[in-house]
Amino acid sequence: MKNTTLPQLYEDMRRVRTFEERVGELFVRGKSAGSMLHLSIGEESAAVGVCAHMRDGDTFTTHHRGHGIFLARGADPDRMMAEIAGKESGYCHGKGGSMHIADMGLGHLGANAIVGGGIPSVVGAGLSARHKKSGAISVAFFGDGATGQGILYESMNMAALWKLPVIFVCINNQYGMGTRIDQATANPNLHERAAAFGLAARTVDGLDVEDVADAAADLIAGAREGRPAFLSIDCYRFFGHARKDKSPYRDEAEEAEGRKKDPVLRARDKLISDGLMSEAELDALDTRVASEMDGSIDFAVAGNEPQMQSMFRDVYAPSQPEPEPVRTRLDRILAQEPR
Amino acid sequence: MAVQQTTYRDALRLALSEAMTKDENVIVMGEEVGRYGGAYGVTKDLIKEFGPERVIDTPISEAAIVGAAVGAAMTGLRPVAELMYVDFIGMTMDQLANQAAKIRYMFGGQIGVPMVLRTQGGTGRSAGAQHSQSLEGYIMHTPGLRLAMPATVEDAYHLLRQSLQQPDPVVFIEHKGLYTMKGALDPDAAPAGWGEATVLREGDDLVIVTYSRQVHHALEAAETLAGAHGINVTVVDLRTLNPLDFDTIRPLVEAAGRAMVVSEGVMTCGVAAELSARITEECFDFLEEPVVRVAGEDIPISVSPLLEQNSVPTPELIVDIARKMFA
Ligand SMILES: Cc1ncc(C[n+]2csc(CCOP(=O)(O)OP(=O)(O)O)c2C)c(N)n1
Repeated sequence: MKNTTLPQLYEDMRRVRTFEERVGELFVRGKSAGSMLHLSIGEESAAVGVCAHMRDGDTFTTHHRGHGIFLARGADPDRMMAEIAGKESGYCHGKGGSMHIADMGLGHLGANAIVGGGIPSVVGAGLSARHKKSGAISVAFFGDGATGQGILYESMNMAALWKLPVIFVCINNQYGMGTRIDQATANPNLHERAAAFGLAARTVDGLDVEDVADAAADLIAGAREGRPAFLSIDCYRFFGHARKDKSPYRDEAEEAEGRKKDPVLRARDKLISDGLMSEAELDALDTRVASEMDGSIDFAVAGNEPQMQSMFRDVYAPSQPEPEPVRTRLDRILAQEPR
Repeated sequence: MAVQQTTYRDALRLALSEAMTKDENVIVMGEEVGRYGGAYGVTKDLIKEFGPERVIDTPISEAAIVGAAVGAAMTGLRPVAELMYVDFIGMTMDQLANQAAKIRYMFGGQIGVPMVLRTQGGTGRSAGAQHSQSLEGYIMHTPGLRLAMPATVEDAYHLLRQSLQQPDPVVFIEHKGLYTMKGALDPDAAPAGWGEATVLREGDDLVIVTYSRQVHHALEAAETLAGAHGINVTVVDLRTLNPLDFDTIRPLVEAAGRAMVVSEGVMTCGVAAELSARITEECFDFLEEPVVRVAGEDIPISVSPLLEQNSVPTPELIVDIARKMFA
């Protein structure tokens, strides 16, 4: 488990924030692969607060807005950035990109571009952990929008029924694309639904990372003993749904109010007012993080494009034959002598 | 209404808005279709025109969206449900394949399910393996479902209007790479009928049968083949894959003696496989070469734009293979 003091939580959040800012720049420079980039700025306390209590061997799945979670679990920002840029040096060799990043070594069973798609995997991971008595837990991270998916309820029921070491973490940034939570759910008290399945269920305000970390500590400790849990973390998505979305569905006053829920600034202010770190120390830390992330951009931009032949690799295990390329197949057919 | 220059996207919207004006039972439902105006902007402002009772924003609940459309269609509405990406069709497959597709048959013809499921598919935006597929094969493989896939601005309009006249469920797949394509549209001109293919270019040497965005790749390739290589190509746009207009294809292939099928979907067990088998069976004695399938590679789509672009047919690949058919 990580050091969970406020300076550490702050540093982790700052790294997530800065990474995301740099990813945004990569996109604007036209260097990110593709049209799909979802920033989690404003949601740092959820990633950092929960991950602070995860251990080596624990597993997790994330949704499409999962950069921060992966980073908080110890991902290498260079390889993440390279993946987002679609480069060979990225975590998934440029095949996955922002929405499909994963690293089994860090227990990341995969980011998912299907809303709700990664949730049931943690039920299976929980079964594994129990079967192997590994003491590990598995965490599903998803957005409030995923509470519209039946698979969440099927998964929560199984987890509760089988008393699995599993936690469902809902990052409630108030919106699924342009739809506000109260326009998509009849009962926005999301934890009440989980409680109905017998899960330990709680909602916490994401403004204060220590509150998030405390709630996560409790629920994770319970999960390790076979009491599955649900944690909803209230926060606000600072920017549009994806990089090009200017969020016309929210007015400026609401956005200004929402951005006051800034967990990074809140932690910074608290470090100063509690006398734990000076402004100068914090500035130095921020600068160090910024230069680390600049380095990641350089690494990503300098990376090689994947080799064309790699497109046929990893459809199946390396021991299996690769699919025959269309062109090869057609050349073979057309080279046949006529009857 | 006069001829207008418009986009594929706006032609779709016009079709929806006219259908809604004409028939108050037509409703539109799906994620972000109302206030947001649709992820790709097709339903923009329809909510202003028709109100939230008829342009219905839903939660992110694909299975229930399709299932609700089934029930609405069985009870007198004409639902147009939107699935943001065809990739999500798996989540709805029970409602679509086991309910919508089978209700008329299982229940002895008592009732049909006249709904339209609008969605989009295909590559071109580096959107990764879960947002770039061409899954028309799943639909074509399911008896009971109709399937329309417009390639042109005109067909975006006419095929959607026609889909809204059908007595059975229609899956209507747009191509994400075509929304901003411009073209002329005359809403009053008589379109090809529902289930009829169109011949967009005529040539004696080779027939290319295709649909959706690959129609444009085929046309581009046909220009090159005629100009640089003296090979004259007929390009057939299927428009609907079910019904499949074989009557248009057969005489063309019989005359040319060579046929190529082009599809963005994966090659194995895909739409191209079906078309190629059909042509081989029905036109065998006339063929001078095997029917070739130029189709998507049998792999998931990568987010890397380089790998993405090269995993589906390109005009260059079509030209290359066509030339080899004459070597
Ligand atoms: C099954 C499915 N339906 C729809 C989408 C399109 N989509 C992507 S993200 C999103 C909103 C998700 O909202 P939420 O789960 O709250 O996560 P957030 O984006 O707020 O982080 C939608 C509708 C999708 N990717 N997958």
